[in-house]
Amino acid sequence: MRVEMFTFLLTAAICLAGSAGVVLLRNPVHNALSLVATLFGVAVLFIQQGAYFLAAIQVIVYAGAIVILFLFVIMLLGVDKAEGLDRDPILGQRPAAIAAAVAILGLSLTALLSVGSRVTGQASTLAAIDGSEPNINALAKVLFTDYVFAFEITSVLLTVAVVGAVVLSRKAGPAIDVAEFPEGTTADLLQAKHDAAAVEQEVLEEVATEDETPEGEAETTEEALR
Amino acid sequence: MLALNETWYLVLAAMIFTIGSVGLLTRKNPLVMFMCVELMLNAVNLTFVTFSKALDDIAGQAIVFFVMVVAAAEVVVGLGIIVAIMRRRQGANADDISLMRG
Repeated sequence: MRVEMFTFLLTAAICLAGSAGVVLLRNPVHNALSLVATLFGVAVLFIQQGAYFLAAIQVIVYAGAIVILFLFVIMLLGVDKAEGLDRDPILGQRPAAIAAAVAILGLSLTALLSVGSRVTGQASTLAAIDGSEPNINALAKVLFTDYVFAFEITSVLLTVAVVGAVVLSRKAGPAIDVAEFPEGTTADLLQAKHDAAAVEQEVLEEVATEDETPEGEAETTEEALR
Repeated sequence: MLALNETWYLVLAAMIFTIGSVGLLTRKNPLVMFMCVELMLNAVNLTFVTFSKALDDIAGQAIVFFVMVVAAAEVVVGLGIIVAIMRRRQGANADDISLMRG
């Protein structure tokens, strides 16, 4: 029990420090790294509560993929300049935000602490966590039976997100450069290219032969001028 | 020493959620605002897992799985929008993008 408490307190401190860093630090790269600290802390808390698969996913997807995506965009845009926090478009925006935060925290803490250690809700009877079964098996069982429709819809959502990202990040303008794709079959185009190269070669040879002869003439004309 | 029960986790999740909401309301860099949304989603995920443990129900962890997928999709599309905006207007922040304000 003592070890659990120590782990929880240490992880909670890391989580809170990381989330404070996300909000307070000025440099977006530091924000992203603070976010990694918080995400790792939440992963540790997942492990502490027996959600081993979700802890692995948390580290791989969140800390591994999403934060790297953030860092890529930060590097791409170079948004490391000042944010202009000295003026608010809405009067008193920040005091209002602090007030809203106090309200949210106060309400949730009141709701949580007034009931003591007893949480609301009924203990499960249908999908109880079986201690003998590994966490990932139990999760897979419920995902592919009770929530299989939501799981399939999730794949559609991911496809839509990929298509949306491609459409959003595509450059504006004509989709295809027409000059890059002239008409005609591949054989014709290759033949034309070959002919053009042959003509160019002939021209070069002519120039080379012309270069040799005018030198003598030039010398004679120079002598004639003298 | 106080015993570690689910209330501790829930209080921590409430704190992380509050910090994330403050950041979302006060920061102007769209990227940092997105990070604050991630913080809030993580706080909710922690709550789901805590209730899953407390009520002995694996469904809470299944919901967290779906929340993670939605968060990933949201980040991909959101960052795409941010990159598209920044390409037109260098150094734009959330206040400059007010064309659709009601």
